[in-house]
Amino acid sequence: MREHLPALQVVLPLFGALIAALVRGPVAAWLVTAIVSVASLVISVVLLRQVIGGEVISYHLGGWDPSIGIEYRVDIVSALILVLVSAVAAVVAPFARLSVAAEIPEDKVAWFYTMYLISLAGLLGIAITGDAFNAFVFLEVSSLSSYALIAMGTNRRALVAAYQYLIVGTIGAGFYVIGVGLIYMMTGTLNLTLMAERIADIELSRPILAALAFIVVGISLKLALFPLHVWLPNAYAYAPSVATVFLAATATKVAIYLFARYVFSVFGRSFVFADLPLTETLLTFSIAAIFGAGTVAVFQSNLKRMFAYSSVAQVGYITLGISLATLSGVTGALVHVLNHALIKGAIFMALGSAVFRIGKCSFEDIAGIGRKMPLTSAALVLAGLSLIGLPGTAGFISKWYLVVASLELGWWWLAALIVMSTLITLAYVARVVEAAYFREPSKALADVTEAPAEMLIPTWILAGATVYFGIDTQLTAGLAERAALVLMGGIQ
Amino acid sequence: MSDLVAAASGFLDHYNQYITIFLMVSGLYIVIARGNMVKKLVGLSLFQSSVYLLYISAGKVHGGTAPIIDPGFTVYSHPLPHVLILTAIVVGIATLALGLALVVRINEAYGSIEEDEIFERDRDDK
Repeated sequence: MREHLPALQVVLPLFGALIAALVRGPVAAWLVTAIVSVASLVISVVLLRQVIGGEVISYHLGGWDPSIGIEYRVDIVSALILVLVSAVAAVVAPFARLSVAAEIPEDKVAWFYTMYLISLAGLLGIAITGDAFNAFVFLEVSSLSSYALIAMGTNRRALVAAYQYLIVGTIGAGFYVIGVGLIYMMTGTLNLTLMAERIADIELSRPILAALAFIVVGISLKLALFPLHVWLPNAYAYAPSVATVFLAATATKVAIYLFARYVFSVFGRSFVFADLPLTETLLTFSIAAIFGAGTVAVFQSNLKRMFAYSSVAQVGYITLGISLATLSGVTGALVHVLNHALIKGAIFMALGSAVFRIGKCSFEDIAGIGRKMPLTSAALVLAGLSLIGLPGTAGFISKWYLVVASLELGWWWLAALIVMSTLITLAYVARVVEAAYFREPSKALADVTEAPAEMLIPTWILAGATVYFGIDTQLTAGLAERAALVLMGGIQ
Repeated sequence: MSDLVAAASGFLDHYNQYITIFLMVSGLYIVIARGNMVKKLVGLSLFQSSVYLLYISAGKVHGGTAPIIDPGFTVYSHPLPHVLILTAIVVGIATLALGLALVVRINEAYGSIEEDEIFERDRDDK
């Protein structure tokens, strides 16, 4: 049983999806989702404990040798992402029941959970697989199910958002698979470890260069790197609340994992960053994301859309860390992957609770919400402070690593830019605080009460985590640093 | 003259790659240039077909037969790309089906499948 955990990590949610589709009842489907999510978390934590000392679990599917078969490969980097994704799923599960029941027609609730579990299986699969083509299949599994999730939003704009995401996502996955095909032609293998070994000798051949370009652009579409982010704001804004929480916290993070895997482990740091100008290009786009998308966020009227733009800006910090290609830079990127997942999870859950009580979440709708839903608003503000990077919150730790990384390179201007960008985050979080606490509650809010405990507790678990990980950094920053070491040292 | 022949045969040797590139680029062009949502999906399908061709032609071995073991043959084409593309075709079908289903729903909700008209209607009912 224990040696089959890597396979179970993916198979369990996949079968859970099947069962959720078969039971059909809203509560039964939810129960399946909750059980599967918690079980996935247990599996991923066990896997993380096995690889935490630097070991690597290599699982051969069907007993085939990795050179011809599919290998699942768990090291500390992938285990970290597995824990992140399944932990978010486990926290979202209790939150989901009421929120989904309120936003999805009853006969479609089971289908919603089916899609949700398939998406979970796909995301876990991307993180665990050591096979390039398998990663493509999981990428499409998670994407196709998330298109369906987004399309279930109540506003008709959700349909257009899902359609646009489908077009962009398919092109992204197409680019990725073209890149994989080119590498496959040159190296004769789809196993990431073997690819890495064989690419080293033929680095500067034209197909490999083309493959790098296709893969970088393809995954950048998936992780919403500015200016390839246009699908994201509408998708997050109009998706059902639970789908927004889950996708915002996990989907882009898994794409970032895949990106880091290719850039550092498969192509190799010296090739990508020393021989090619990826540092300059990625850094430029990252800064553009932080300032561009951040500024756009300030002027949004819908809170979900505002924090969706904020996600694009925050992904900018992560790619900025990756583009520096130093140990502290990559550590900063990985820490922010974890912290941003917690922060955005908490924020979108708080907004989901507001939507549950009020039905909408534009600035006019939530005016004075601080008095009517004090605990939800407090969680929103707390996560917002962490987003800004206030000392004592998780966001501060990420920014700290990024600033240290830029100073190590002697790039004072970059450190200054990172600190300055905080002001933009401050601007849009301040707008939320102003609307929530300093405005009179509108008439529509007269009967609004605090969100039910079922939704409050998960929100506060994540909001509390953003503070906890700002004080006790052992778990997040310590793990991220080890993971960064593994990434920087190659896939071995 | 012989240079020209050499160039032409060099071109023809890789004709499959040129078809791949043509499909890829024309598919992407349709996705970008067309406002009709069904036509965009047609472009997307063309784009995906180019990926199929890219893999399949890489698996072809000159003089090789279909990869079914038979005492009469010794040279086979590489079977793995075919298997991969079988999976990719399934993914492509799922994408197209889901895309078309979304277009049907969009048509029900908006009464149009032209992108600019849909954006206009969204702007109107702000």
